[in-house]
Amino acid sequence: MSAPNKTYDPVAVSALSDDAVAAAREAALAAITAAADLEALKAVRLEHAGDRSPLALANREIGALPPAAKAEAGKRVGQARAAVKRALEEREVVLAHLRDERVLVEEAVDVTVPVDRRPRGARHPLTTLMERIEDVFLAMGYEIAEGPEVETEWHNFDALNIAPDHPARTMQDTFFVGSPEGGVVLRTHTSPVQVRSMLDRPLPIYVACPGRVYRTDELDATHTPVFHQVEGIVVDEGITMGDLKGTLDHFAAAMFGAGIVTRLRPSYFPFTEPSAEVDLQCFVCRGASVGDPDHPCRTCSSEGWIEWGGCGMVNPRVLTACGIDTTRYTGFAFGMGIERTLMFRHGITDMRDMVEGDVRFTLAFGMES
Amino acid sequence: MRAPLSWIRRYVPVPQDQGGRDVAARLVAAGLEVETVEVLGSEVTGPLVVGRVRSVEELTEFTKPIRYCRVAVGAGNGEVLDGTTTDERGIVCGASNFAAGDLVVVALPGAVLAGGFAIASRQTYGRVSDGMITSERELGLGEDHSGIIVLPAGTAEPGDSGYPLLGLGDAVLDIAVTPDRGYALSIRGIAREVATAYGLPFEDPALVDPESLLGQPSGEPPHACSIADPSAADRFVLRTIAGLDPTAPSPQWMRRALVACGMRPVSLAVDVTNYVMLELGQPLHAFDRAKLRGPLTVRRAAPGEVLETLDHTRRPLDPDDVVIADPHGPLAVAGIMGGLDSEIDDDSHAVVIEAVHFAAHAIARGSRRHKLSSEASRRFERGVDPQLPAIASARAAALLVALGGATYVGTDRVDAVPPTEPVTIPADLPGRIAGMPIPVDRVSAHLAAVGADVQVQDAALVVTPPSWRPDLRDPFDLVEEVVRLEGYDSLPSTLPQARPGFGLTTDQRLRRRVGRALAGAGLVEVLSYPFTGSAELDALGVPADDPRRALVRLANPLSDEAPQLRTTLLPGLVAAARRNLSRGATDLALAEVGLVFRGAGVGESADPPRPPVTRRPSDVEVAALEAQLPAQPRHVAGLLTGERDRGGWWGPGRRADWSDAIGVVSGLAEELGVAIDVAPAVHMPWHPGRCAAISVAGAVIGHAGELHPRVVEALDLPARTVAFEVDLDALLAHVPAAAPAPVISTMPVAKEDLAVVVGAEVPAERVRAALLRGGGALLESVRLFDTYEGAQVGEGRRSLAFALRLRAPDRTLSTAEVAEVRAAALAAAQAECGAVLRA
Ligand SMILES: [Zn+2]
Repeated sequence: MSAPNKTYDPVAVSALSDDAVAAAREAALAAITAAADLEALKAVRLEHAGDRSPLALANREIGALPPAAKAEAGKRVGQARAAVKRALEEREVVLAHLRDERVLVEEAVDVTVPVDRRPRGARHPLTTLMERIEDVFLAMGYEIAEGPEVETEWHNFDALNIAPDHPARTMQDTFFVGSPEGGVVLRTHTSPVQVRSMLDRPLPIYVACPGRVYRTDELDATHTPVFHQVEGIVVDEGITMGDLKGTLDHFAAAMFGAGIVTRLRPSYFPFTEPSAEVDLQCFVCRGASVGDPDHPCRTCSSEGWIEWGGCGMVNPRVLTACGIDTTRYTGFAFGMGIERTLMFRHGITDMRDMVEGDVRFTLAFGMES
Repeated sequence: MRAPLSWIRRYVPVPQDQGGRDVAARLVAAGLEVETVEVLGSEVTGPLVVGRVRSVEELTEFTKPIRYCRVAVGAGNGEVLDGTTTDERGIVCGASNFAAGDLVVVALPGAVLAGGFAIASRQTYGRVSDGMITSERELGLGEDHSGIIVLPAGTAEPGDSGYPLLGLGDAVLDIAVTPDRGYALSIRGIAREVATAYGLPFEDPALVDPESLLGQPSGEPPHACSIADPSAADRFVLRTIAGLDPTAPSPQWMRRALVACGMRPVSLAVDVTNYVMLELGQPLHAFDRAKLRGPLTVRRAAPGEVLETLDHTRRPLDPDDVVIADPHGPLAVAGIMGGLDSEIDDDSHAVVIEAVHFAAHAIARGSRRHKLSSEASRRFERGVDPQLPAIASARAAALLVALGGATYVGTDRVDAVPPTEPVTIPADLPGRIAGMPIPVDRVSAHLAAVGADVQVQDAALVVTPPSWRPDLRDPFDLVEEVVRLEGYDSLPSTLPQARPGFGLTTDQRLRRRVGRALAGAGLVEVLSYPFTGSAELDALGVPADDPRRALVRLANPLSDEAPQLRTTLLPGLVAAARRNLSRGATDLALAEVGLVFRGAGVGESADPPRPPVTRRPSDVEVAALEAQLPAQPRHVAGLLTGERDRGGWWGPGRRADWSDAIGVVSGLAEELGVAIDVAPAVHMPWHPGRCAAISVAGAVIGHAGELHPRVVEALDLPARTVAFEVDLDALLAHVPAAAPAPVISTMPVAKEDLAVVVGAEVPAERVRAALLRGGGALLESVRLFDTYEGAQVGEGRRSLAFALRLRAPDRTLSTAEVAEVRAAALAAAQAECGAVLRA
């Protein structure tokens, strides 16, 4: 800024004229409005509001004016500069916003491109189905019991009222471990876990036992030598076959939907007496397909019922072998095949799909089944 | 057991509107497993009549034998001649097993045979064929199409309907008989169940005086019999007949019944024994008396005895085998199969019919030992009515007398059947077990319906089971009979109240977590068969003295290549990987959680412990049982090949390498809160330079890394396949019961980088651990972020760059304190690993 000049300066006077200040102000505002982006606005700011801008120069000349004119000129120039400053600020906000909008547009991507950097994993549907079944029984207050897969014949047969010469031993095609007389087998069912539960646990017993079992069947579409079962056993005072039926009905409803019930048919198992086959009401057609050839049901072959497993009242001979007082306690037991359940639940037609480990099969079920 | 409904109807007046499916439904509800209901010749419709062949003209001008026959088919069934219908037709036939005068079955034009084959009058081989002479197969009665059906002379007249004669339209129920229902392996037993199910009277074919069937013996001495081993049998009835015409044919009704039941007609004597067995359930055996060299006895086999059975197999006999023998040696494996030498043939005139009540377990054992299941053994091992030998043998002898022109010579017998013991039950027991009241009169009625004698004594029932139900020996056996006849459908549906449980055990919960963590880490679970063979361990390069060679052996493996149980999960994963690769997969991450089995000599004991089952085994007995079992730890394993991170628009993919295998394991350990140590290791099947031993609390529990290139090649896996296997039980054993919460400092962190140079062989983890230890409490974490090998650090040396984070719980660390910690950390690394600060 130049030093105060007490002499009259005609140039300064003209710079401070009404017209000149107004013109500088209008020019500045016009330029601000015309600035298309922040870069342009920066140049406008330098030209119209910088130290060398007409209004800044005019402001500098105020000191040269006679004192009487100073106030009036100062007010005019000050108002003009304030207007320019305000216009700059407002324009900057607008332009900054426009810039941000443009950046967002420019940064847009195609969100439909693949995003699967890490291939997905999955649990086997048999595993998740077993857990689901466990959860049904846990919710009923049961505990989950397990046992060894290589098992003694005593646990697998003897204690279950399957005497050495009982036809049931040949009925179940047993893998013998070591020698056929060595007393050790691959368990043919999860029932030895019932025996272990009765030997190990305090009464009353409410237990479900899921697990892997073995029979000497060659693998084909409907057989596998290695498969899974879940069994349940209850030993308590006053347990009845009605309790068995109610428990199976609850299990069926929990797995297949409210209202789905079971049906018992007389059968034979050495370890239960009375014994029964368990049929599950078809959860797809609920029996509507029976006798209706126009609407056949693939799940139940239009039978209305699906064979599900076996059950019965624990044979007192089994309780005796486990040291349980048969005058005081009764019990029931039931068992189902997990593979079979998975097959009819999901429409799987070939057993091999479940055992071959093809990832396409397993991935289709995700984390739960 | 196949049971024709027409046969059942002979003993039960089943209403005519009840078909095979109706009867089957009733039987299923009563506990018999009806597998199929088949209607014989169900596809056959239209005129089917008996014809008599009047003349046969051989047409010789064709490449195969063709006959033109004139057949009498009954008045009004013949061709129309001059406006009147005759009784004769001309039929062209390709079979030649018949002659003029034979009775045959003719399908007339308009009939439709099996497979939808419509019969019409047609021009063939230069003649008009006006119908068809039928074979079994064309009628859907069997597979035999070698010749046409020739009916025995005198059994029918031309024009008779062929339908009832051949049993067409008869329903046959195929019933799977459970081990407790031996009596249902007979028409008698099934008919009794049908009668009970319908509430109809039952005419028991065994309710006869056997001797009345036979009349007076001839007076000549009958063949003698005895029981040398009372533990093998308690009743032996031997009927002798003479003068049998060995060429006498079995009547059509008997042949038809046998075929409907799935048996092949052979000769009259054999057919009669089979027929009576099907009818009553008692297996019988007919011997040619001329081939016997003395009285018959039931005894155990002598050491070294051999018998060639009817199936032309020479069977060395076990001293535990029960045999029927004459003084010169065994003639039959008792209750299982007869011997070839004493077989009935077409020259057998004198015949003895053997009927024995064998001990069920003796026959079951023999059947198992010889891996031989026959119609006889299936009945004996389930238990046969001890009253039947006399009745069944008499019925068979009487049939041979009637049908084969034989005379009854006489009977010899041994009788030592003990009386049936009664079972006493509280009258309310069935209702208490069922969970619904069943009045005592209904209980009595149901028990009477199964043939038991029931005496009411106050609140108890004294029940004597019928002779044909040897399975009814416990109170609960009687409960089942009552409840099944009351109807399982009438059971209430109630819920018992379980005590509050404790939910999943810790291990069960953690195993679920492991499964989810593996899937979350991108691994797909497989469930492999646990069968293996040493070749699989060879391919993995497992050394001879490795614990994984302690294989548990199967006595009867499905495959000779896999006769043992796995000690490692890797072969199953390899097989699954190869299967996926062969189906076009390229990137795989597979995991399995399952048991492995380890132990030598498992199941080889000659005298394994077998505690009685009449009481709880003692702790010592339980321990002895458990000692028979191998170690069965649960392992977790995985195998990765191909891209671990996929390539894409973001850049190239990253192939799985050794570090991914270790990464999955350390991820699991972190998930479980278990501190593991990772150390270099040499362990097949891993690459000796790229294998980590995983240990917990100083014990190695698994390995992870890249597979050995030789193994990869031997298993035909993609190069650089990586894998891990860890003893999951061991890992879970170290999961802290309740992890203590960390103290979270809110003070600022000080970050320092520290590059040290160590010998190239020094594991980075050792250096890191030394730094952490040396830095003390103020050193929050140390993480390796870079490594360098090259000229700048010198041959055989390696630079490791670590990021250090320092923090105090209560203050901002001063520059001097930071420098002090840094120096202390470095000093420890220097002392423990020879680390020097990188210049
Ligand atoms: Zn359905």
